[in-house]
Amino acid sequence: MIENVLLQIHEPGETPMPHAGDEALAVGIDLGTTNSVVAVSKEGTPEVLRDENGHGLVPSVVAYAPDGSAIVGNLAKQLLLMRPETVISSVKRLMGRGLADVKSISGTLPFEVVEGEGMVRVKIAGKELTPVEISADILRALKERAEDQLKYKVEQAVITVPAYFDDAARTATKDAARLAGLDVLRLVNEPTAAALAYGLDQQAEGVYAVYDLGGGTFDLSLLRMEKGVFQVKATGGDAALGGDDFDHAILEYFLEERREKFGEEKLTTDDVKIALVTARMAKECMTENDEGDFVLEFNEKMSKHTLKRENFDELAAPLVERTIEICRNVLEDADTFPDEVKGVVLVGGSTRVPLVRKRVGELFEQDPLADIDPDEVVAVGASLQAEALTVGSDNLLLDVTPLSLGIETMGGIVEKVIPRNTPIPVAKAQEFTTYQDGQSAMAIHALQGEREMVDQNRSLARFILKGIPPMTAGAARIRVTFSVDADGLLTVGAEEVTTGVSQEVAVKPSYGLSDEEMAEMLRDSMVHARDDMEIRLLTEARVEARRVMEAVYSALHIDGKLLNEDERAHINVILNKLDETIAGEDRHAITAMMEELDRETQVFAQRRMDKGIEEALTGINVEKLENAIES
Amino acid sequence: MDAQSSNMTLRNDHSGLHPCWSCKGPVAEADLFCETCHAVQPPGHIDHFTRLGLHQVYDVDVDGLERTYFELQRHLHPDRFAKKTPKEKSLSQQQAVSLNEAFETLKDPLLRADYLLQVLGEDGISHDHTVNDPALLMEAMETREALMEADSVDAVNGLTTKARRDVRDCVKSIAAAFAEQKLNEARKLALRLKYLTKLLEETRQHKARLVLK
Ligand SMILES: Nc1ncnc2c1ncn2[C@@H]1O[C@H](COP(=O)(O)OP(=O)(O)OP(=O)(O)O)[C@@H](O)[C@H]1O
Ligand SMILES: [Mg+2]
Repeated sequence: MIENVLLQIHEPGETPMPHAGDEALAVGIDLGTTNSVVAVSKEGTPEVLRDENGHGLVPSVVAYAPDGSAIVGNLAKQLLLMRPETVISSVKRLMGRGLADVKSISGTLPFEVVEGEGMVRVKIAGKELTPVEISADILRALKERAEDQLKYKVEQAVITVPAYFDDAARTATKDAARLAGLDVLRLVNEPTAAALAYGLDQQAEGVYAVYDLGGGTFDLSLLRMEKGVFQVKATGGDAALGGDDFDHAILEYFLEERREKFGEEKLTTDDVKIALVTARMAKECMTENDEGDFVLEFNEKMSKHTLKRENFDELAAPLVERTIEICRNVLEDADTFPDEVKGVVLVGGSTRVPLVRKRVGELFEQDPLADIDPDEVVAVGASLQAEALTVGSDNLLLDVTPLSLGIETMGGIVEKVIPRNTPIPVAKAQEFTTYQDGQSAMAIHALQGEREMVDQNRSLARFILKGIPPMTAGAARIRVTFSVDADGLLTVGAEEVTTGVSQEVAVKPSYGLSDEEMAEMLRDSMVHARDDMEIRLLTEARVEARRVMEAVYSALHIDGKLLNEDERAHINVILNKLDETIAGEDRHAITAMMEELDRETQVFAQRRMDKGIEEALTGINVEKLENAIES
Repeated sequence: MDAQSSNMTLRNDHSGLHPCWSCKGPVAEADLFCETCHAVQPPGHIDHFTRLGLHQVYDVDVDGLERTYFELQRHLHPDRFAKKTPKEKSLSQQQAVSLNEAFETLKDPLLRADYLLQVLGEDGISHDHTVNDPALLMEAMETREALMEADSVDAVNGLTTKARRDVRDCVKSIAAAFAEQKLNEARKLALRLKYLTKLLEETRQHKARLVLK
């Protein structure tokens, strides 16, 4: 509000000086398995950023040119048919995944993955790249699209992730954004973003289900929407279930027919990539038609395949039923019956599949709402949240943890510390003890998932709390704290309570990139990485210095009387000097001046405390006093 | 927001004044924002009731509690601090964490009873691992049996309605016991509530299995 007024007080023809950083806009990005979308919201009006042909969707496909440069989007998609060895799609399926995870994804994969520790690497165009780097290329393209259209520098974004993404996949997404030169204001869950866009647009009130079936992931969230509050009650999903799996099912069906016709065939990764394009076309065709003929050609052999409604529904049924089962579980978790759900919002391209609509309608006993664009609604919600975070908003998003978080205990059993569907941010502590006399270290192993045993869950991180002073077994009290922030990211801390020996780790390793790897990539990706870092530190110092100045001004306004004229003049001089350094470019000077201000206001601070205590003792309410001053 | 935020401060304890981390002016333990410079404060060491603006009583208007919770989150949630300094971001997260914990505890009749007992210096109910109330055990067994035999939605609905009514009555009795300072009685009733809540959950699950086929 106030900003608007200020902006109007300038003479015509005179441009107001923007504060540092004000000229930048924050965007919302839906980084999808199949398609990505970037949107921006200004004064509450969201807008999808489109290409010259009006397309908002950017295919999440990357082609690598011989010089190593990345081509993203429709052009890359076309190159897939011509030069499959240089093109990669659906890389989101690999985010935060290890080799074993990838091998367990069903079907023939259109990736050539490389053996190794931690997150998988993909062999593409003769190089080995991490999913994080490839995603960063997609994000860079979206950033460029936004900058070209908005004529602004875009450095901040809200990025959406599947609600069911685990910690490793979330961290990987944030890392990708960093590589692309984007500061992630917040990771928002895709169904929550969709609900925000839908709810604000339709003035929806009540409990709604958001069913999001995209290219690679499935989420179901139950939310209560009410007067600007979007409260997630429960969420569930499968981070490896989406339209891609329908494509794989169709492809397997076609390949089986080919095998019958031609006998055993060996398929290369490139063949699979091309065949999957046909399979997807067949699937999408079956949305409008009840029958279609499709042709596959490789190994110099051509085959024709017919797909009928019954065949397709039979192939799709197991996948659709898996989503329905998840819906049931979420309803149960939220203690909600289908008839208590006021509306079902469909999100994601795969919700166009007729069988999906039919089964969802049957489960919730109502026709799903189709009056939104299932492809763009997530990005629209993200852009609204980006505006809310930077400009402000009265809306409130309250989300939950999708998966339980726990710790390994004796016998390989997982003890839950934070159960799934707990509102975030959250912090919970659990105490453990040593089991040997004189034990000086303790291994902490954090896991994510619902199962009982360690190896059935996802390992997030391991670390060792060292330096426990020798005590008899059972005497040490080790308090392990799990904190999940508003992005859904976990930090684990461990402390020996009696002595205060402590350690804290932002959960990273297991399937992530190490700090060194990340640093190296940042170096490679940004020629001016160093300058960028300097600018960032300078901006941070300025923000901090402004806060300090504001604080001192507020104090002077209320308690200025506690100073004599000389003292007040002295503080004013330092305030002016600090103001000057803020206008300059030297962050060390800013910090030094802040320290000086701190020193020189200590006496003032002491007098203010004394006055406060005196008033408290004589029962004068500070609020009353303040009102008296103001009136 | 600032004008409102000073209204949001819950200051009923003037003894524990300490300097604001930002402007060094006096702030009370329960203050969310500094009166002087409006900087967000670390969550004070106050009980859940005080945090949500309530007296330490069992009888809580859950709708009102939720309104207070939303209102406080509107001011404290990390989404409101995206443009602030790292220190303020971190404090807002701590505040939101404390608020979530307080709300999750107080909105639930069972957790609230358990927590209030502890606030009043009694053992919580998780202290008891065994229930030695023969009447309660008997009742539990009979109801379980009835539930096992219920094979239609109507039959389960009947049991659900009864379980709901039992829960409601039990919550009322707990409130009465707390009001009359009969803490042992409150504790016994809270154990009963624990069982009734579990039973209600089981009937819902049972119904879910029948309905969601
Ligand atoms: N008409 C259609 N009929 C059937 N499926 C369709 C149709 N149109 C698009 N799809 C499928 O929708 C999927 C892409 O949906 P969408 O763009 O919502 O996914 P995404 O956001 O990229 O993925 P995710 O959210 O899982 O990361 C693809 O599998 C595509 O084949
Ligand atoms: Mg999507």
